[in-house]
Amino acid sequence: MATDEIYGKLNKIFRDVFDDDEIVLTAETTADDIEDWDSLAQITLITVIEDEFGIRFAASEISSLQNVGEMVEVIAKKQ
Amino acid sequence: MANRFLQIKKSKRRDRTGFKSVRMAVMGDCATQHLAEVLEGVGAEHSLDIEVFDADYDQIDALVLDRASELYAFSADCILIQNCVEKLYDRYLEYPSEKRGLFCEEVVGLMRSRWKRIGDTSRAMIIQTNYPEMDDRVFGDFANEVPGSFISQLRRINVGLMDAAAASSKVRILDVCQIQSTMGRDCFFDPKLYCTSKIPCSLEALCSIGESAIRTVRAMLGEMKKCVIVDLDNTMWGGVIGDDGLSGIEIGDLGIGAAFVSLQKWLKELKGRGILLAVCSKNDLETAQEPFEKHDEMVLKLDDFAAFVANWEDKASNIKAIQKELNIGMDSLVFIDDNPFERNAVRSLLPDVVVPELPDDPACYLPYLQFCDLFTANAYSIEDKNRTELYAAERSRRIAESQYQSYEDYLEGLCMIAAVEPFDEMSIPRVAQLTQRSNQFNLRTIRYSEAEISAIAASDDYLTAAFTLSDRFGDHGLIALVILEKRGLDELFIDSLIMSCRVLKRGMEEFVMNKIVDLAREHGFGRLVGEYIETKKNKMVAELYNNMGFTQSDGTYELLLADYAEKSTYIQEEENGDR
Repeated sequence: MATDEIYGKLNKIFRDVFDDDEIVLTAETTADDIEDWDSLAQITLITVIEDEFGIRFAASEISSLQNVGEMVEVIAKKQ
Repeated sequence: MANRFLQIKKSKRRDRTGFKSVRMAVMGDCATQHLAEVLEGVGAEHSLDIEVFDADYDQIDALVLDRASELYAFSADCILIQNCVEKLYDRYLEYPSEKRGLFCEEVVGLMRSRWKRIGDTSRAMIIQTNYPEMDDRVFGDFANEVPGSFISQLRRINVGLMDAAAASSKVRILDVCQIQSTMGRDCFFDPKLYCTSKIPCSLEALCSIGESAIRTVRAMLGEMKKCVIVDLDNTMWGGVIGDDGLSGIEIGDLGIGAAFVSLQKWLKELKGRGILLAVCSKNDLETAQEPFEKHDEMVLKLDDFAAFVANWEDKASNIKAIQKELNIGMDSLVFIDDNPFERNAVRSLLPDVVVPELPDDPACYLPYLQFCDLFTANAYSIEDKNRTELYAAERSRRIAESQYQSYEDYLEGLCMIAAVEPFDEMSIPRVAQLTQRSNQFNLRTIRYSEAEISAIAASDDYLTAAFTLSDRFGDHGLIALVILEKRGLDELFIDSLIMSCRVLKRGMEEFVMNKIVDLAREHGFGRLVGEYIETKKNKMVAELYNNMGFTQSDGTYELLLADYAEKSTYIQEEENGDR
């Protein structure tokens, strides 16, 4: 899957999870930029991303995936 | 949006104005925040406004033991306790290995004492999770023969929880073990979520757990399914009876007849537990009834059905007619039909009826319907088993009704006999069940558990009466109850006045009112005070107190006993009251 395709899919997931249609993700977006992105939301995000992309994250990746650029890299690697 | 958790999160944001409010406390020895979200969301999907108190991580005992804790201050209607198997295993490992055969007793004993403590301090119902299966494989399958192995203890704990909950009327088990076996362990458990966040299962499993909890809450509120209406051709048997004829339909050994046999057996079990069965089919009546009368392989017979409608009218109208005949709420109906067109028509015309989206393959009908889990009960009594017979007798009564000249002649000819008794050990389960299930002839719709009814029966502050009725067509069992609260020396308050709708228009309401007045007089009271609390379903009694001669003021109704004119009825009271 091409990087911009991943961004597209990820963007939709973020909008659903945070119920905010104005979210536009960039490689620089981090948990600090989205108000509700706390540890609870992180679990929801991880689960939905796993389902949508058909991949599995490792335990160690949950806390480290706090910025979108890194997330996209990890997703691309697991494809 | 495919993800169920996201769907529920969205439901949580619904406007809940007008929803029934339920206060729910959630405690766990694991992280419960996501579960709390699920409860709110699933509640909203069922028009419940669930207000959640989500306790801090692993604080169960601190909250339960401290009578001044936030838990009790929240004054919950319902307390959900989620225990995770990972914590249980940690405790097991710390248990001395020579004593591990007794581990289960200690665990169940601890839960029981928690429940008791909660019961002493709060009126809340308790929903307690049991444990999903987990084996450390230290013994492999040989663990089955080692009483002290973890899996052996775990299974005993689950059985112990069943027994302990069965002995208490305030505790319901949330069967997490069943959820796990339905989903499979790998879908149920997400190791990284537990490892990093102490969430004991996948979000998908949490959704199922929350749905299960809400089903139990709804059952407690009396929102239960009471009747299954089935289509016939390709639903009860394979093929079309009008085309294929008696020997051509697939039931029993023919074709995929086994699928329909197992479905019929299951429906018969539901009937045995008090769910009414009804037929709604596009067929000529005679053709539709033929298999039930003449086909040896049919499990269900005509007398298993409380109503049987086969004609060429549209199904929604027929379902309405069945609903009226059985006198139960539209939202207590489930409609099963293989035809997507009929399902959609019924769904759009009667949105309160639950219409499962049957799979295409009849072999999958039964597993799918079982998976839907539509029939959560809140109590089980002997009367449930006889419900279909009660309705069948009601049908004969209606036929008799049409043969009499006047309704009064008919009532007189019914030879009705009522017995009145204070609540006792025999009647308490049924009394509690009536308070939980009755929606229509119910003046205040206060729901009571068995334990609460027992307490009222034993209290000097209340007078109680349970009414049974029989007539020449059969015994109706316990069909009405009143709870009267003594307020001072002169005033008796009608806390609950409930009657089953199947005895409406018999003069039973007048009989009950006469009895309330008698009771009040016997105990030296001068005034009766009643209240009508309006709900979506109890409009039929909005004018009851006015009609009985009460005077209305500020939402309450008052009757001076001296002014009461005894109502005439055709109901005889059984003298010695033995049943």
